[in-house]
Amino acid sequence: MNDRLSRRGFLGASAGALVLAGCGTGSSSSGGGGGGRLRAAFAGGGATEVLDPHLANLFVEAARSKAMFDKLADLGDDVSPRPRLAEKWEPSADLRTWRVTLRQATFHDGRPVRPQDVLASYARILDPKATFRAKSSLALIDLSASKAVGDRTVEFRLKRPFAEFPNVMAAFGAFIVPEGLRDFGKPVGSGPFRFVSWKPGRSVLLKRYPDYWDGAPYIDELEFLIANEESARISALLGGQVDYAHDLSPATARQHRSRARFVQAPNSGMQAFAMKVDRPPFDDRDLREAMFLLTDRRELVNTTLPGAGQVGNDLFGKGYLHYAADIPQREQDLDRARALIRKAGAEGLTVRLTTSQAAAGFVESATVFADQVRAAGLKAEIVTGSKDTYWSDILTKGSLVSFRSGAMPIETHIAQRLLSHSTTNATRWARPDFDALYDRAVSSPRAQDRENAYQEMQRILHAEGGLLVWGFADWIVATSKKVTGVRPAPANTLDWARFDKVRLG
Amino acid sequence: MSLTKYAARRLPLTLAQVVAVASAVFLLVELLPGDAAVVLAGDSPDPARVAQIRAELGLDRPLPERFGAWMGGLLQFDLGASIVSGRPVADIVLDALGPTALLAGLTLALLVPLAVVAGVRAALREGGLTDRTLTAAGVALYSIPEFALAIVLITVFSGYLGWLPATAIDGIGPAVLVLPLLVLLARPLCSIGRLVRAGMIEALAAGYTRHALRLGVPRWRVRYAHALPNALAPAVQQLARTTDWLLGGVVVVEAVFVIPGLGTVLVDAVADRDLPVIQGLAVLFATTTVLVNLAADLAAFRLAPRA
Repeated sequence: MNDRLSRRGFLGASAGALVLAGCGTGSSSSGGGGGGRLRAAFAGGGATEVLDPHLANLFVEAARSKAMFDKLADLGDDVSPRPRLAEKWEPSADLRTWRVTLRQATFHDGRPVRPQDVLASYARILDPKATFRAKSSLALIDLSASKAVGDRTVEFRLKRPFAEFPNVMAAFGAFIVPEGLRDFGKPVGSGPFRFVSWKPGRSVLLKRYPDYWDGAPYIDELEFLIANEESARISALLGGQVDYAHDLSPATARQHRSRARFVQAPNSGMQAFAMKVDRPPFDDRDLREAMFLLTDRRELVNTTLPGAGQVGNDLFGKGYLHYAADIPQREQDLDRARALIRKAGAEGLTVRLTTSQAAAGFVESATVFADQVRAAGLKAEIVTGSKDTYWSDILTKGSLVSFRSGAMPIETHIAQRLLSHSTTNATRWARPDFDALYDRAVSSPRAQDRENAYQEMQRILHAEGGLLVWGFADWIVATSKKVTGVRPAPANTLDWARFDKVRLG
Repeated sequence: MSLTKYAARRLPLTLAQVVAVASAVFLLVELLPGDAAVVLAGDSPDPARVAQIRAELGLDRPLPERFGAWMGGLLQFDLGASIVSGRPVADIVLDALGPTALLAGLTLALLVPLAVVAGVRAALREGGLTDRTLTAAGVALYSIPEFALAIVLITVFSGYLGWLPATAIDGIGPAVLVLPLLVLLARPLCSIGRLVRAGMIEALAAGYTRHALRLGVPRWRVRYAHALPNALAPAVQQLARTTDWLLGGVVVVEAVFVIPGLGTVLVDAVADRDLPVIQGLAVLFATTTVLVNLAADLAAFRLAPRA
């Protein structure tokens, strides 16, 4: 009985596949670039999912947003800004006025992308009543003093001099929408794919936009499907139900390496422990240095990121623009660590390490790290917090906490997390001299002065900061063997989850 | 006592139970750390932004006021809207009810006849092949969690043999339902089958069946008209629990096979602290639990009237 049932299932499934394949080749003749429908599986958010690109929060929302919309700039593999809808930009000598020239691009309804659309999009994000994620990044724009110049130029006036304004244009969620677009249930953007249909929590179907300014996509259709469990995403990929599976673990990559094409983007996810420098015990600089020195980074990487990570050097942004690559790699030195612990009078001290299931591998790395702490003569106690509220909790609670970060420019990392007025400062690093260095890094008229300030800030953080960066995780996606053109790129950069340059063949 | 009278006595209690469950769930969710604003802010929890989101969602209003507003709505059959997405709770629940009800319905439609046939056969030939298979499979399946069974089935039937789709990611069709149904059927089939078996053995050994046989009542009539109804009563209670389990959306099965049912919605809603959605589901689950149990009690009453 089972056998007959299964066979019927098999026939049903293959008939479906034939129909699909038929659709694909049928419409690809009109496209001329290989065509077909690419189905991509992401984790979703069920009832909370949105199509509004300014509200995007989840990876799937960010990926759908970039398929339908453009930002003025986006981040390259080295997390430096690249022009997108902006063709070029030019600051004034005082870095307070930026002239941005737009490309000749059109929205999906045929209307041209105008400076007014750019200003209206930013005005929507900056609305005092709104809570869009890009708001804090865009806050330094003085919108009332910014204006359109002709048909294709926007002149931004900033509230203070800022050399890294292109980072702002590339900020997460800073998408350009047509002026007056209200119904985000049927989005209209200028991106490579246009909206067809949406079933909340299940799927979004998009169609290639032939007039895309960066060249029409090779595929005809792009379908985002939702599978929250990693096991379901890989099952669907191996079973041929999808062609692309997002966000997979190192273990999955090793297990199925022969049956799918895995794409690993290095230096994507910073893995760290954050020490709060404003309270005992880690207000003691010697004890912080002891923690840096007792850490066996290689062991942490090998046990929790096997085959999918690199060691860190207690600095964010390995391989990114402005990264201080000339600071020597810190190695484990237990003797010096023990000496520093003695000097700090901390022998036998109990270190409380707060962690949670908020990110993959947190509890595992905390467990390994606790053993390393014990080996240096301290006591270690692991406290497991709530995963849903973890990121909020660790801003104020705990003294040593598991921490991670996705890719962002080093400047943004510092601005959001390491200045006296930073709002998500988990290490409580707050120093007027460091703030001044940051100001120099972003507002000095001379590029060399700015670069020197970045190097100086990183030397200070490496020597006595609160962030113990032990590794960088690869970002792992997998595709079926017929998909080509998926580039390894850190999550949230331009080429991550980018489907307009992908071929099905 | 008549069936109608019995039912009339149970109904008011039923309503009180539903209201009590809804109130308890509201308070329990309030006790969870953090609220929807904190969850929405995710890993960029700028306190000012969290406060603004909280105000936007109306979460800064006092608890009695929010509970009162929700209760008022419920009395007018209005479940409110998701605080996170703004979609009406009724829509969200109805969307997810389809897949869950389909799976539950199919499972029950297969489960009842299979469990009864297996149980009766095992009872008639105690120690026979059916009996031994039922017992062995029951013990084995009881020790395998659903997700493990699901993964094994996917690996074999989808991964290696390629006979069946691995997940329902691109929609629910007949072929997609086979593996989830197998997983959902496995445990209840064995537990209910064994209950039917035990009940049947007991009934066949009871005085009234022996007496009926001595009186010359045909063997089939003794077995199926006299012994079986009595044997089914305990199985009906277990069937009620199984129905309840199925209608709640079996979270693990939904997650592994990507079935967008009630279990998935509940997990998402709890993670998001989306109180109106959680409340809507609590009312639905409480109602179905109470109704299913009522139906089971009525069925048991009908099968074997006592008192």
